[in-house]
Amino acid sequence: MSWFKRTQKGITTPTEEKKDTPDGLWFKTPSGKIVLTRDLRNHAYVSQEDGYHVKIGSAEYFEILFDNNEFEELDANLQSADPLQFTDTKNYASRLKASQAKTNLKDAIRTAYGKMNGLDLVVACMDFDFIGGSMGSVVGEKIARAIDFARINRYPLLIISRSGGARMMEAGYSLMQMAKTSARLALLDDAGIPYISLMTDPTTGGVTASYAMLGDFNIAEPEALIGFAGPRVIRETMGRDLPEGFQTAEFVQEHGFLDFIVDRRILKNRLSTLLKMLK
Amino acid sequence: MILDFEKPIADLEAKLVEMKELAANNQMDFSGAVVALENKIQQLKIDTYSNLTRWQRVQLSRHPQRPYTLDYIHRLTSDFIELHGDRQFGDDKAMIGGLGTIEGQTFMIIGQQKGHNTKERQLRNFGMANPEGYRKALRLMKIAEKYKKPILTLIDTPGAFPGIEAEQRGQAEAIAHNLKEMFRIKVPIICVIIGEGASGGAIGIGIGDKVFMLENTWYSVISPESCSSILWRSWNYKEQAAEALRPTAKDMLEAQLIDGIISEPLGGAHTDPDKSAEEVKKAVLKTYQELAGLPVERLMSNRIDKFSKMGVFQEI
Repeated sequence: MSWFKRTQKGITTPTEEKKDTPDGLWFKTPSGKIVLTRDLRNHAYVSQEDGYHVKIGSAEYFEILFDNNEFEELDANLQSADPLQFTDTKNYASRLKASQAKTNLKDAIRTAYGKMNGLDLVVACMDFDFIGGSMGSVVGEKIARAIDFARINRYPLLIISRSGGARMMEAGYSLMQMAKTSARLALLDDAGIPYISLMTDPTTGGVTASYAMLGDFNIAEPEALIGFAGPRVIRETMGRDLPEGFQTAEFVQEHGFLDFIVDRRILKNRLSTLLKMLK
Repeated sequence: MILDFEKPIADLEAKLVEMKELAANNQMDFSGAVVALENKIQQLKIDTYSNLTRWQRVQLSRHPQRPYTLDYIHRLTSDFIELHGDRQFGDDKAMIGGLGTIEGQTFMIIGQQKGHNTKERQLRNFGMANPEGYRKALRLMKIAEKYKKPILTLIDTPGAFPGIEAEQRGQAEAIAHNLKEMFRIKVPIICVIIGEGASGGAIGIGIGDKVFMLENTWYSVISPESCSSILWRSWNYKEQAAEALRPTAKDMLEAQLIDGIISEPLGGAHTDPDKSAEEVKKAVLKTYQELAGLPVERLMSNRIDKFSKMGVFQEI
């Protein structure tokens, strides 16, 4: 039976050469249900079989929310610099280049203005695929500008978060984005403009501890991981297992930090109803 | 406690003591040699402490004898009244605050508190505040605002506490809320990083009109050890991580992310806590004089503008 013998040990493909699963005809949800990708697209990327919310980015959210997928992208020309010439096992500059090539995005967020069921709306949507949706200077600046655009034009603001937290490679600069975005949100609040924060899977760290938790309405997608510290860090600190369902959207709502959890298939209509009531 | 890079100094100092004892016991005059050795020690100290690596500064910022928040408060004021509790859940011993007079001016002083021995460290949760600590801090800031008293925050934390209950009670929300509300507090806010300034736990009381760092402190988005464990997937690259993060007072001033550096005695704040407190007092009073003269609207818009400018990016 020598042909069954593994001649090479384990997975030998380096991470850089790893091929992401191409957009095929099928998608398998974590519970093992097989769904057609065409069906997913028609249902806001939610599995009709088991309600699983596929992790998506700004392109998909804009498509879901904006009427006829028509929107004006804001500040699309911003991209990261490397102020600290940061180097760990790789240098930041080449990480940025690789991420840009892989995702076809400039950084971990896109901001846009458009109409949602005929209502004006500014949307800032994070892209997790770009260095874990981490918040650096570009994310902070684009959010700050989107907030100001909403304030000056008196349009409601929606920020969709999906992020591992701050971007370590921008160190102190990254930390200060928490302050900067919070400062701009204070001004938006003073101007009486609605701000809805939608937290998706996952939203953790410095993003949760700044703009994501500062909505007039804090909402989330079902079962999204939402927290300050990551589960691994908490487990190590506490030295015991975490309770079941810990840091899920349902847990966070139960403890009083979310207004509601919304199925993505009804997100657009639910947001429209809410915004109409605020007029 | 002697840090690894301080060993050569400690060895010479031990030698000096030995030499003095020898001279005393044998009634001999070694004064020439003593002076020479003292000079040598002084020179070695200057060479060592002016050429510290970033990691060595991080080590100094955590020195177990380093003065903590209450050590400063008791040197800055003689009439401190501690105010407890967040009025919601409890009293966080890792975050303390209260009113005190510094040279005739009342301040609301708030800061994380570490412990000097095992029992105290446990009581203070190693300076890692829970959500109720951040909420207490904000409650006290609002009291200060009501009575038009300036606020001084003394920052020294390895991070906001990453615990199960902290998550249940909304650690992220508590910090986020402070960040937003500190931009609305209508009295001067002066912040001083006196030890460790770790990430969200630090900035949660760190929105100041002026933010200072003591010479041997660090302030960044993550500790060098955690950065090493995430980016290098090992705890062994803390020195490299410290270099990469550039978290020292000098680095942060160069990046224009803080407003000034307060000098420490040669060898670190713990070698002369009185002198360290004196330096903090000078900086705080001078800064308060500058801020007190500003109209409130100006104070508020300056604070917002300062933080809004932070960040480096390209517009292509």
